[in-house]
Amino acid sequence: MSPENSIPLEIHDLTVAYHKKPVLYGVDMEVPAGKLVGIIGPNGAGKSTLIKSIMGLVPPSSGWVKIFGETYRKNAKRVGYVPQRESVDWDFPVNVMDVVLMGRFGHIGLFKRPGRKDREIAMACLEKVHMAPYAKRQISNLSGGQQQRVFLARALAQESDLYFLDEPFAGVDAATESAIIEILTELRDRGKTLLVVHHDLTTAKSYFDMLLLLNMRKVNFGPTEKVYTYDKLQKTYGGRLTILSEIAETRTKQSSDIPLEK
Amino acid sequence: MKTLHGNWKYFCWIGFVFVPGGDVFAAKIAELSNTQIGEQLVRFFSLRDPSVRYAIIASLLLGTCCGLLGSFIVVRKLALMGDTLSHAVLPGVALGFLWTMTKNPMAIFIGATIAGLVGTVVVHWIHTTTHIKEDSAMGLVLSGFYAIGICIFTMIQHLPTGNKAGLDKFMFGQAAALSTIDLIMIAVITTISTLLILLFYKEFLVTSFDYGFANSIGMPARFFHYLLMLLLAFSVVVALQAVGIVLVSAMLITPATTAYLLTDRMHRMLIYSSLFGMLAGVSGAFFSYLGNSLPTGPFMVVAASGLFTIALLFGNRHGIIPRWFRHADRTRRIQIENTLKAVYQIRERTQFKEDGVSLQQLGGQRNLPLVETAKEVKKLLKERYATIPKDKGGHFQQNLKLYLTPSGWENACRIVRNHRLWELYLTESAHYQPDHVHDDAEEIEHVLGEETVRQLERNLNFPIFDPHGKPIPSIIDLGESV
Repeated sequence: MSPENSIPLEIHDLTVAYHKKPVLYGVDMEVPAGKLVGIIGPNGAGKSTLIKSIMGLVPPSSGWVKIFGETYRKNAKRVGYVPQRESVDWDFPVNVMDVVLMGRFGHIGLFKRPGRKDREIAMACLEKVHMAPYAKRQISNLSGGQQQRVFLARALAQESDLYFLDEPFAGVDAATESAIIEILTELRDRGKTLLVVHHDLTTAKSYFDMLLLLNMRKVNFGPTEKVYTYDKLQKTYGGRLTILSEIAETRTKQSSDIPLEK
Repeated sequence: MKTLHGNWKYFCWIGFVFVPGGDVFAAKIAELSNTQIGEQLVRFFSLRDPSVRYAIIASLLLGTCCGLLGSFIVVRKLALMGDTLSHAVLPGVALGFLWTMTKNPMAIFIGATIAGLVGTVVVHWIHTTTHIKEDSAMGLVLSGFYAIGICIFTMIQHLPTGNKAGLDKFMFGQAAALSTIDLIMIAVITTISTLLILLFYKEFLVTSFDYGFANSIGMPARFFHYLLMLLLAFSVVVALQAVGIVLVSAMLITPATTAYLLTDRMHRMLIYSSLFGMLAGVSGAFFSYLGNSLPTGPFMVVAASGLFTIALLFGNRHGIIPRWFRHADRTRRIQIENTLKAVYQIRERTQFKEDGVSLQQLGGQRNLPLVETAKEVKKLLKERYATIPKDKGGHFQQNLKLYLTPSGWENACRIVRNHRLWELYLTESAHYQPDHVHDDAEEIEHVLGEETVRQLERNLNFPIFDPHGKPIPSIIDLGESV
C-alpha cells in the first residue's frame, strides 16, 4: 500500500477551535511505527479533541495531518478507532455481534453486507476480548467493562495499522483494564501503532512506550522514561497557562462582540 | 412545551375550518350512527370504490415508508425533528397554492419540501450559532412556521378567487380524496426510500449508532444524515394529503416506537414498524370511510396508538402485564421457599427427630398470623412440596401436622444451603461481620443459580458450618427424604 518506512502519524501545526475559542494550539508531532503512545493531560487539555481532529471529526482551523504519508480520507481503512463509551446510546437495537461487525464496514464495499468471512473475523475478535459467549446479547445488558471490550473487539475487527483509543480505561474494572492493556501490548508487538487517551498518571508510566503531555499545546512528546519527569508533569498539570487562555478568551469575545476589522 | 403548541394550534384550526364547515361535520357525524357497519365493511374490503382502492394503497405505502424512516428517526433521537418538519411545511403548502391558485399537487409538493428544508436548516443554524439548545430551536421553528402557515391559510380562505375546495384536507388528511398524481407521488417516494434504506442499510445503521466511528472509517456520515432528512421531508410532504400536517409525525414515531418495544434488533424493528404502519394506515382509512369521509389522520393515529398501548401492556420484553406476572410469580416462589426454609429450621431445632410441623410452629417461625400461614401451607400443598395426613373419615386430624415430600425437603435443604453458603462467603471472602450477613442472604438465597452455588462451594472449600456454627445441609442431605 505505502512504503515500509512511512510514518504512521504526522501532525504539523494543528490548531483546533470550538466556537472560535481555540482548544489546541500548533501541535507538531511524528509518531514512529510500533509504539504504544499515551496522551496525558489535565481535563480540558484537548486530548480527545486532538484525536478527533486527526480523524477529521472536528475540523482543524489550521495545520495538517498525514496518515502513512497520505490524507486521512485516503488511509481511513488503516485506522482503527475506539470512541469514548458514553458517546453512543447503549439502548440502540443491536446485539454485540452487530457492533463488532461494524468494524468490518470500512472493508466491505458499498451496497454489500458483511459475509461469512467478516463474521468469522468478528467472532475471533470477540474471543480475544473474552466476549464470545455474549455475541448474541443485546448491548444494553452489558456492564461498563463489557461495553469497553465490545468496542475494543470492533476496533480489532478493523484490522488496522494505527489505532486511536479515547479513554479506554475509563470506568472499567481492574480485570478489563489488564485485559485491554494486554491486547494493546500485543498489537504493539505486531508492529501496530496505538495512541491512547489516558488520565491516570500512576499507570501511565508502566503502560506506554511514549507519552504526549498535552495542555492546550504540546508540552512534551518522547519516550516515557525521558518525558515522565516531575518538571515536565508539573509543567503540564501545574498552574493554568494563564496568558494563553486569557488571550483565547479575549479573542473569542472580540470575534463575537466587536467586528475585528473596524 | 409540546402540549402548549398542541393547544394553541388546535384553536387556530377550529377557527378557520370548523366555522365554515361546522354544519357539514355535524351532519357527517350523524350519518356515522346510521351506517350499516357490515355492509360498509364489505364495500371497503371488496375495493369496489376507486377512492377506497386509492386510500388503501396509499395507506399501505405510507405505512411502509413512515415505518422505515420512522425507525431511524426514533433510534437517532430525532422524533421531535419529524414533528418540526411536518409543521414547518405548512407555509410551503399555502404558498404552493397561492402560486397556482389551485390544489396543484406538484406546486404544493415543491412548496412544502422547500419550507420543510428551510425549517430544518433554521433549526440547525440557531442551534450551532447561538447557545440555544436544539429542542428549543425546534420548538421555535415548529410554532413559528406553523403560525405563518395558518396566517397565509386564513388569508386564502378570504380570497374571492381560486379553487379552494379540499385545501382543508391538509390539516387532518383525507385518504379518500387522493388524486392519481398524489398516489403516484406517494408510490415514488416510498419506493425511493425503501430502496435507499435497503441498499444503504449498513451505512444508515452505523451512522445512527456511532456517528464518530462511522466518520472515522471514511463513511460520509453527514451525507447520510442529510439523506435521511431529505427522505423524511419528502415522505412528510406526500403523506400530508392522507394523514394531515398535524398528525403526520405520529405516523413516523408511533409505529417505530411500538416496534422498538418489541424487538432489540434493527432489521426486525424496520419490519415490525412498517407492518404496524400499514395496519394503522388501513384501519385509519377504513374508519374514515365508515364515517363517510371523516378525516383519516386522527383515525390512523388512534389505531397506531392503540397498537402501541397493546405492545406496552402485553409486549413480551417490556410489557407491563407480563412483567407484572413475572414479578408475581417470583414473589410467590420466594414465599414458598421461605416457608420451606421455616420447616427446615423447626425440624433442625429437634435435631430432625420430629418429622411433622404444626401450623402454630410454622406461623411462629415465619412470624405470620395463622390465617396467613394456612395460605402459605396451601401453596406448598399445591406444589406437592408437603402433605397433611387425613384420618380415616377423610377429614384433617385435630392437631394437624405438615410433612414435607421428598421434593419439598430437597428444596428446603437447597434454600438453607444457599443462605448459609452466602453468609459464609460474605464473612470469609468479603470480610463482613457475622451479624451483618443475614439480611443480605435472605435475598440472595432465592436468586443463586446452580452454577454460582458450585462456584461458592469450591471457593469456600466445601464448608460444613455456616458463620453462626450451624451445619450447612450437604448434598447428601439434599437426597435424604423424610
